[in-house]
Amino acid sequence: MAQDNDNHTESQLPQVLVLRQPGCWTMLESNYSHKFNFLKAWDSPLPQDQFLAGHAGSVQALLSSSIGPPITANILGMLPSLKVIVTTSAGLDHVDLPKCRERGVVVASAPKVHTHDVADLAVGLFLDVMRKISAGDRYVRDRLWASRGEFSLVSKIGGKRVGIVGLGNIGLEVAKKLEAFGCSILYNSRKEKPFVPYRFYSNICELALNSDALIICCTLTAETHHLINNKVLLALGRDGIIVNVGRGAIIDEKEMVQCLVKGEIGGAGLDVFENEPQVPKELFPLDNVVLSPHNGPCTPEYFMDLCELVAGNLAAFFSNRPLLSPALDN
Amino acid sequence: MESIGVLMPIPMSSYLEQELEKRFNLLKLWTVPHKTQFIKDHSASIRAIVGNASAGADGELIAALPKLEIISSFSVGIDKVDLKTCKEKGIRVTNTPDVLTDDVADLAIGLTLAVLRRLCESERYVRSGQWKKGDYKLTTKFTGKTVGIIGLGRIGKAVAKRAEAFSCPIAYFSRTEKPDSKFKYYPTVVELAANCDVLVVACPLTEETRHIINRQVINALGPKGVLINIGRGPHVDEAELVSALVEGRLGGAGLDVYENEPEVPEVLFALENVVLLPHVGSGTVETRNAMADLVVGNLEAHFLKKPLLTPVA
Repeated sequence: MAQDNDNHTESQLPQVLVLRQPGCWTMLESNYSHKFNFLKAWDSPLPQDQFLAGHAGSVQALLSSSIGPPITANILGMLPSLKVIVTTSAGLDHVDLPKCRERGVVVASAPKVHTHDVADLAVGLFLDVMRKISAGDRYVRDRLWASRGEFSLVSKIGGKRVGIVGLGNIGLEVAKKLEAFGCSILYNSRKEKPFVPYRFYSNICELALNSDALIICCTLTAETHHLINNKVLLALGRDGIIVNVGRGAIIDEKEMVQCLVKGEIGGAGLDVFENEPQVPKELFPLDNVVLSPHNGPCTPEYFMDLCELVAGNLAAFFSNRPLLSPALDN
Repeated sequence: MESIGVLMPIPMSSYLEQELEKRFNLLKLWTVPHKTQFIKDHSASIRAIVGNASAGADGELIAALPKLEIISSFSVGIDKVDLKTCKEKGIRVTNTPDVLTDDVADLAIGLTLAVLRRLCESERYVRSGQWKKGDYKLTTKFTGKTVGIIGLGRIGKAVAKRAEAFSCPIAYFSRTEKPDSKFKYYPTVVELAANCDVLVVACPLTEETRHIINRQVINALGPKGVLINIGRGPHVDEAELVSALVEGRLGGAGLDVYENEPEVPEVLFALENVVLLPHVGSGTVETRNAMADLVVGNLEAHFLKKPLLTPVA
């Protein structure tokens, strides 16, 4: 009798399809399994297509994340009852938004949860490249301080012009934090922002020409794909550094690697790459490059806030209330 | 002034050497094989010493130089200068405040982020190919953490300004409470340590502040706390620090200075919650040049009988 009750209770919980475990899965499952019936595609022995065909016919809600799989028109086609996609990322480049619009599927993203963590990492990478923190740590651990003497001098951070590419939530936080270090802030964005005290450059090459460092904080779209190309990098120049906490494909990675190897730009701090977790091995011998394994949003506090938001969006949908964080493109 | 002997014990800046050689008779002690004899031979002409954080002027050296009038330090910390003897003998002392404040404060925050977000360790993770096997583990958020500062002088205030931009509540310990400060004051270092997440050492090194970070303070800071030392190595009881880190009683440390530079306790090399830098606090070209200009400016002012630029009180 108890078992019947359990099954009855479980089937009353709203169904949420999850194709692959998002980064916050453990926390999400342990805290919210009593509220939602998570349909775990990866748990099934069946290949994804068969699983969807057999089990996802009545699914209204899909939980997705940027670590995939991408929600393509093909997948959408196998979910005839789908009404909402809740994604754990701020970025929506992994969702076929036009198809969603066509189908009337609303999308909720997680735009502000990781703002501080990603901004902190952008500043951390900037400071690391500028002051050679990781390189200095290696110098000590390789026992070179005693044998070779003083570590090389770098250039002062105060007074540096920092060009922020994408002045959204993250870009604004990075700007605010770097101002405290005496940096002057410039930016490029889709549109000029009316109430910010920073100088706007509509042309990304102009921004690079006038910056000592570029910090990439924008989302990946068709327009921003390979936005940072050879021209922009050369405009940034031999002493210029680039930090990327957006998406790898915003920078033409092959070109950037060549510029770094040839000394055409001064250094880089990278949290994202075009083909993660592959990192171009030409970067490994370079002391002026700091590499980070897509750690932008990677603290327990972030995961807790994220789970709350995801669950909140799902609960809102199932009780016919407005989504907490609808994506702007809805 | 070309006949005025200026003694420099160790190399510290080629720009500084150049500028001093243009104006004075610069005596580079590190280039001579018999240092004691050299000092004896030149004692009649040496009227100034240029020291730094590593090598200053102790009682013995001062005693060997009867014509010594001024010690101009290429640093803001002057713990390596025997101030008591200088005062007794009327020897003037200058340092290089203000010009390096920003660089040192920048580094304090850089070290904090590097430790909390495991920047150096996750770099190693990528370079060793481990990222291909799995994601790096969770790290610790910096925004919003409470930052405790020991010494709310120029550097301490600059650290506070930067930390505030990360929405960090600021607390401090100082010899006396600062009435015009908006930050929370704790009358003891232990209480400060118990009430903050990141503890930054930013006070001068004196007899009172030697080993100000001791076992009690370290235990109060605790297994989630992080110590950032941008002051002087002897501020911290290094043996206690090492054992606390190894045993997990302290959450992490970002160190730019050590008790016996350039020696760094090698047992720390295996720890992933520690970032170790080779005393680079003021290590930027612009700042070192500005420091050199101050050293030269102070010496010129002294010998031209003009007011010193940055005398130590």
